[in-house]
Amino acid sequence: MWAILPAAAVATFYVYPFFNTVILSFTDAKPLGGGGAFVGLSNYLTVLADPDFHRAVVNCLVYAVVTVPLLVLLPLLLAVLVQKTVPGIGVFRSLFYVPAIASVVVVALAWSFLLKDNGSINELLMAIGVVDGPVPFLTQRWWLLASSMAVSVWKGLPYFMILYLSALANVDSSLHEAAEMDGAGAVRRFWTVTVPGVKVMMFLVGVLAAINAMKVFSEVFLLSNGSGGIGGRASTLAMYIREVGIADSTYGSLGQGSAASVLLFLLTIGLILASRRFNSQIEEQ
Amino acid sequence: MSTVTDSRPRPLLRRTPWWKRARGRATALRYVLLLVVLVLLIGPLVVPLMGAFKGSGEPVFGPNATVIPQDPSLAAFTSLIEQTNLLQAVGNSLFIGALAITSHIVLATAGGYILSRKGWKGRNLLLLLMMSALIFPFESIMVSLFAQVRDLGLYDTLLGVWLPGMLGPFHLLLMRAAFLGVPDELEDAALLDGAGEWKRFWTIFLPQTRGALTIVALTSFLYAWEDYLWPLLVLRSGDNFTMMLELARLQSAFGFDYRVVLAGAIVALVPVTVMFFFTQKYFFRGIEEGGLKF
Repeated sequence: MWAILPAAAVATFYVYPFFNTVILSFTDAKPLGGGGAFVGLSNYLTVLADPDFHRAVVNCLVYAVVTVPLLVLLPLLLAVLVQKTVPGIGVFRSLFYVPAIASVVVVALAWSFLLKDNGSINELLMAIGVVDGPVPFLTQRWWLLASSMAVSVWKGLPYFMILYLSALANVDSSLHEAAEMDGAGAVRRFWTVTVPGVKVMMFLVGVLAAINAMKVFSEVFLLSNGSGGIGGRASTLAMYIREVGIADSTYGSLGQGSAASVLLFLLTIGLILASRRFNSQIEEQ
Repeated sequence: MSTVTDSRPRPLLRRTPWWKRARGRATALRYVLLLVVLVLLIGPLVVPLMGAFKGSGEPVFGPNATVIPQDPSLAAFTSLIEQTNLLQAVGNSLFIGALAITSHIVLATAGGYILSRKGWKGRNLLLLLMMSALIFPFESIMVSLFAQVRDLGLYDTLLGVWLPGMLGPFHLLLMRAAFLGVPDELEDAALLDGAGEWKRFWTIFLPQTRGALTIVALTSFLYAWEDYLWPLLVLRSGDNFTMMLELARLQSAFGFDYRVVLAGAIVALVPVTVMFFFTQKYFFRGIEEGGLKF
């Protein structure tokens, strides 16, 4: 009996929705009920022909290409920095974790205050004369994406740092000592001992960061007050799904939203498979 | 004669200063780096949030704004309570959070315990089901979840916000790993004493997995308190808004006093941060000690 409840919850709210999304994607279902007739592939054709969808795919892929390497490498460096137990390290570790604990709404709010036209960062850039006018961090497509990526990386740093810490704990410390005896400096030891030791975790972090990039929503949405920048040009796939599927309760189309959801799922799986191939190629070298 | 001896270096008597010793220098460098990272990770939160404590005549933005409030005031917090829907939103979020903690603990403990027991049919199937749930990104099934919640008549209700996330499969696997980590000898001893299954569960297994339970409670509350996308889809009327929806609404409300919005952000941030600091020993230990082993 106690096994049935959790199983039912998972089946109802994780597994069934996936198949239901596939079914809905072939219908003309509406957000507040009604519709549901079979319409064949028309939702997919509409979505695939939509320039907004193309832009969303490009935005997410750029997001992944930029944030994945940063989130694979920077948290590892951070983990190496906090790994050694020096006095006070516990305080540092806890405080470092605050960006991961803080909600994305609070984080985006704080960053949007920094990145506004008259926020601290633009004031600083103008004061030292790097730019003449404010940089459109929160409105222009690529600047808004760059700002969102900065927030994602900043928030992901401590989270992935913890994953790396658990992996570093399993790296044999005698390897480090042996390398040190051989006269290897800190940088060399990092590449020859640390990196091979946490290779599996690096791959896992890369996959997680790629998935996060494909489904990113709140950073871009909140930094632009829900607009996705001028003309919504920085909108991501998740924003696109909400926009066409749910946001407009009268004219929205759950069917098109579902079709876009299935495409998001396929893109994510494709990216994971591609990174596995990429990983095994590196292994062979 | 003494001048001659004095002018000689006396390496054995004088201690090498710490910054000249290799190990000492490395330690100093480590602290400098730690401080730089601290500023980079905490600064972007602390600097803007200081604005909440600024007096009404002080600029929050622009060339004349300072980081440290020149005219400190708590007026923004008073306005927050008087002019916004904040208290209601906090209440709504606490309600959802309480439901989430309860359901996560009950379901993750029950499911995790059963999945840690050996020798019953369907165990592997159930395990596979739990793991498969981790594959589907929420964003790719949210349209269906929305339709399901709507069909249950829970659109624009707090129960609708809670329901689909009533169980975290990850939490269940975490509890399973914790139960697997309980030494067999403890259970054998209880068996010899003639303790039944329930008694062993309450007196042996639950106390042994306190750390994992704390993580489940903390993260399920944290998630309920901080989630943005799902409540955004399900809730429409302001009376039902969660803390995060209300905060985002205040931020986008045109011409609203920035100090009050920042005060709201502090109200949203401080409780969970305090909770985290009190429970972090379980948190870090749990994760480093096999929270990730399945």
